[in-house]
Amino acid sequence: MSDHLNAPLDPSTHSPNVAPPQKDPQTPERQNRPKPGQIAALSLIGLILAAIAASFAYVAGWLTPQRLTASRFVDALQLNNGGIYEGYRRAHAKGVCFVGHFESNGQGVALSSASVFAAGNTPVIGRFATGAGNPHTPDGDVPVRSMALSYQLADGQVWRSGMNSVPFQIIGTPEAFYEFGVANRRDPSTGKPDLAKQQTFAATHPELKRFSEAMAHWPITNSFANSTFNGVNTFRFIDAQGTSHNVRWIMKPQAPVVALDKQALDRLSADFLSIDLHQRLQQGPLRFDLMVTEAQPGDPINDSSRPWPDDRPTTHVGTLVVERDIAQADGPCRDINFNPLILPKGIEPSDDPILAARGSVYSESFNRRLREEAAAHIPPAAAGGRP
Amino acid sequence: MSAPAEHYTAFTRLLHWLMAAMILAMLFIGVGMVASISSAHEVLIAVHRPLGIAILLLVLIRLANRLAHRAPPLPSDLPLWQRLMAKASQVLLYALMLAMPLIGWSMLSAGNYPIVMFGAVHLPAIAPASPALYAFLRQAHTYLAFVLFAVFLLHLAGALFHGLIRRDGVLASMVHGPGRKEDKH
Repeated sequence: MSDHLNAPLDPSTHSPNVAPPQKDPQTPERQNRPKPGQIAALSLIGLILAAIAASFAYVAGWLTPQRLTASRFVDALQLNNGGIYEGYRRAHAKGVCFVGHFESNGQGVALSSASVFAAGNTPVIGRFATGAGNPHTPDGDVPVRSMALSYQLADGQVWRSGMNSVPFQIIGTPEAFYEFGVANRRDPSTGKPDLAKQQTFAATHPELKRFSEAMAHWPITNSFANSTFNGVNTFRFIDAQGTSHNVRWIMKPQAPVVALDKQALDRLSADFLSIDLHQRLQQGPLRFDLMVTEAQPGDPINDSSRPWPDDRPTTHVGTLVVERDIAQADGPCRDINFNPLILPKGIEPSDDPILAARGSVYSESFNRRLREEAAAHIPPAAAGGRP
Repeated sequence: MSAPAEHYTAFTRLLHWLMAAMILAMLFIGVGMVASISSAHEVLIAVHRPLGIAILLLVLIRLANRLAHRAPPLPSDLPLWQRLMAKASQVLLYALMLAMPLIGWSMLSAGNYPIVMFGAVHLPAIAPASPALYAFLRQAHTYLAFVLFAVFLLHLAGALFHGLIRRDGVLASMVHGPGRKEDKH
């Protein structure tokens, strides 16, 4: 910095702190000596820069290692998965792509101005998956299944949706979800979760009991085709008048429900769900009815671990037609982030904190697996994401 | 040194300070939104996209304006290395202002994302869907944002050095027009 301090001063300025310029070349040591005003100015500059840099680091989360960020959330998922399965999603890793379309019957227009609800067809890219983070888990070992959709609207807008075969979330906040993951993590020495940690968590989170009780009676079916998929989170449908409707939705299968025969699991392939899907689609398309339920005043909007009463008004707004299955390895769903916050005009997120967290956590998972795909020189998926 | 310093035009100064605020906001929004798991994530990302496109449009106007109007010369007694630093950092700032929105736009295209501006208004894809391209652009967007932030800090340090220590009128030429009292001596 000594060069800075040597710089001549502009005589046109009249600050009392600044001496006139040194003109005598015989006394360089005098020039090198910084003036008190310059030291103060330099300190001020340093302070301003440091304050801006520190604010940047704080906003990025670098100064607060305890803060739950998207990156730390995905790290936790990876730990619970027992490792990284490169190129796969960090949750619901094992899946199969499909293409089809959504046939809107026009009934949804009363609730939302989204063009997908006007009577007519919208092409869809989708994915069925099982709930495990390890993509090699046998299908029979995973009670939770999911359906993800990307509706490709005619004007170029996109609606993405990730739905679950469980009727509501196990936990209502991302922080509790994270702690739940920590409590369930396998101890490397025993290979099993710590029972004491699990009990402590259950004791402080009564919603866990509600979930396990519901799951005990929840039918696990023998096919993706006859599973019901729940939107779980609440969204706001905005109608043409600008009125907001708090809604949840389900995809209700038209295929008859047949319970999974748990005694027969040993005889089933580890991939029986995708094999069954392929066989069914050889016979013809599969249909699911999109049923939209509107909340009544007092229903929980921002807590997806609490179901709504069964008697809420429900509207059938259209039918999803699943036409063709494509293996995930090079299918059109592979490189899609089914972030449920990618919404068209007419649909908005609610204040549900789990829904908010899904947005950034899905994106972080997407970034990581596409980086892994790139490192492995995986070419673009066959059909791409755009129709 | 006693001649009144040449100042940037009012339009240039407006563009400069408007874009300074927008770019600094973008850097903080960007680094904050990717970390956040609250509803702030979605709000910030909804601002980040159209703000980035606005910066892209403004930088095109600004480049044309810069080519049409010569910048005021630096003080003749400024050491060569400082002169070079000033030039290099300005070239880098222009390059990054132009590159960052274009990388963001092509990155979303390569990642199969819709490029939503507001409501139903969105932009077309400008790159093919490709995991390799997405991964490269996504990382470039982050690392170049850090470079942009560093160059911004350097630029600010230079401006303050001129304004507080050298007091040579370089900062003043971007802060206000000619004709203020201190320039008339």
